[in-house]
Amino acid sequence: MSISTGTARARQSLPVEPEAGSRRLNTAKALQEAIGSQMEQDDSVFVMGEDVAAYGGIFSSTTGLLEKFGPQRIIDTPISESAFIGLGIGAAVEGMRPIVELMFVDFFGVCMDQIYNHMAKIHYESGGNVRVPMVLMTAVGGGYSDGAQHSQTLWGTFAHLPGMKVVVPSNPYDAKGLMTAAIRSDDPVVYMFHKGVMGLAWMAKNRRSIGAVPEQDYVVPIGKAKVVREGSDVSLVTLSLSVHHSLDVAEQLAGEGISVEVLDLRSLVPLDREAVIATATKTGKVIVVDEDYQSFGLSGEIAATIAEHDPALLKHFSRVCVPDVPIPYARELEYAVLPTAARIEAAVRTAVTA
Amino acid sequence: MTMETTEVTADLSTGQRLALLREMILIRTFEEAVLREYHADKSPGFDIGKGLIPGEMHLSAGQEPVAAGLCAHLETGDALTATHRPHHLAIAKGMDLRSLAGEIFGRESGLGHGRGGHMHLFDPATHFSCSGIVAEGFPAALGQAFAFQRAGTSNVAAAVAGEGAANAGPFHESLNLAALWKLPVIFVIEDNDWGISVARNASTSVPTNAVRAAGYGMPGVRVEGNDVEAVHAAAGEAVARARAGGGPSLIEVHTLRLWGHFEGDAQGYRPELADVPGRDPIPAYQRKLRDAGLLSEADLAEMEGEARTRVEDAVEHAKAAPAPNPAEALKYVFVEGE
Repeated sequence: MSISTGTARARQSLPVEPEAGSRRLNTAKALQEAIGSQMEQDDSVFVMGEDVAAYGGIFSSTTGLLEKFGPQRIIDTPISESAFIGLGIGAAVEGMRPIVELMFVDFFGVCMDQIYNHMAKIHYESGGNVRVPMVLMTAVGGGYSDGAQHSQTLWGTFAHLPGMKVVVPSNPYDAKGLMTAAIRSDDPVVYMFHKGVMGLAWMAKNRRSIGAVPEQDYVVPIGKAKVVREGSDVSLVTLSLSVHHSLDVAEQLAGEGISVEVLDLRSLVPLDREAVIATATKTGKVIVVDEDYQSFGLSGEIAATIAEHDPALLKHFSRVCVPDVPIPYARELEYAVLPTAARIEAAVRTAVTA
Repeated sequence: MTMETTEVTADLSTGQRLALLREMILIRTFEEAVLREYHADKSPGFDIGKGLIPGEMHLSAGQEPVAAGLCAHLETGDALTATHRPHHLAIAKGMDLRSLAGEIFGRESGLGHGRGGHMHLFDPATHFSCSGIVAEGFPAALGQAFAFQRAGTSNVAAAVAGEGAANAGPFHESLNLAALWKLPVIFVIEDNDWGISVARNASTSVPTNAVRAAGYGMPGVRVEGNDVEAVHAAAGEAVARARAGGGPSLIEVHTLRLWGHFEGDAQGYRPELADVPGRDPIPAYQRKLRDAGLLSEADLAEMEGEARTRVEDAVEHAKAAPAPNPAEALKYVFVEGE
């Protein structure tokens, strides 16, 4: 069983992603639309979590769904993450398709046993006899001074532990397509949306938080990255909100004749290693832009993926990540550690002269 | 409320009583066979990773009354979640013995094709599952009960764990949520006096966990005496209440860990060790039925013979089954994209 064989087989069956069209939504609305559409088609889908009903989700992941589907299917829970995530697992085992929201990913500490010892392992431990078709939806990321316990991304932590698919949309189109894929998946999927890509009225946002979204249902395949900007000098391998910053930098440097390719990973599990190797092959210079902690995580995994394929491929490799420090509160400190456009730009300039 | 053995007024038929005994004998026979096979190739030195059955082994001898008394009320479609000490409940729930033994032996014929082991048994046929993490089996039972409730069935979910689990967060979260949403759940605490080596009075702030039920607005009862008929009576009430839409209940059974926490546990911490064999619930129940004229020597011999035949068949089947293919160690991580 080789990785390349598995990837090749998965690729053959990937659905075609439709044209985006002209209707524009913000990421939150695209996400709500995916959930609503799947709930209309499948009675076994329900949403559960803290403040998902009348409030509509603290970061607007479920706005309007209570009015449409009622309190039997859009369900507020007590602040009991172990109990209600475990409840989702039990319901999934019995054939339902729960979407369970963990309000902030930072709260995983109080319920991680249900997530990684149960949700992620039951299918394996059961020898394939028991499926857990559940979506664990959670808000990630910083940039608005919410401090060390409400600003992390932590996707590397989840991706490290086997048995969970992990998806990380950066824009409205992918948010809808990946949520549709996640709900329909027979595997547990951790769906991590950055607060900064949702297009919230009460938070600074990049213009890419609003974009064209097809009205019909479609699936963005889990495990398929996307080159969101072609380039030839340097590759930025990135995800989530950092895709916005990376595109901003790429656009700016194009005026100076620096050609930057931007790869949006979109999924961490499975990781589209072919796409990583393809962009590394193309430019030979790779910078990973990752809002997760630097050490022992995604950025190292990208380097390992390329090195295992061909150690001679890389002429340059660097990382723009959160150094290994808790996310600080004060704006000046927080923006000193986040992967800002300024840090990305500096890394690209270093790479092109390397 | 406490139910003493002497208070039991359950009006059981002889057939029901003999069925309870038959179930307990089957469980004990199974556990004795696992004990034998587990230690058969680990001597003279004890190496936990060696032998046909490697790894930790938590056997349930002494706790058969809980399984038999509870599961007598459960249908195939009802769910049951258990713990790291799951065999008695799995058997009483009706799990196929060959599949169970196969998994304990780590064979391809096992429930999980050798991926789970004895603490991780998942059986869709009997809606049985267990978790090796203390108290973390409760939440899944809520979800199964939720699914049953939403489907409009009268099925229920029972969640069983030891008294040590009643001091862990998921127990309290689960009781609150089950009561809040009136979920058809029966919470069962097996109080065997010991959380590995820590006595219950060194871990638990209340004299009985049954009183904790009041904190969550549900009925709670403690069953003393490790008496299968008393368990049967308490479980019958709780299951009926759940099936009728009356919400969850909590039952604590004062039971007995006849052997160590796991095999290899010398139990030096246990001052009452010499008295333990005398508290074995199975001979006690046999005496009770014999004294009442309900059990003949022939009945008993037949039960023991049947249990032996079934258990040895399962053990032999497991031993003869192929080991899982190492090349397939990565199989079953995901449904899709393997």
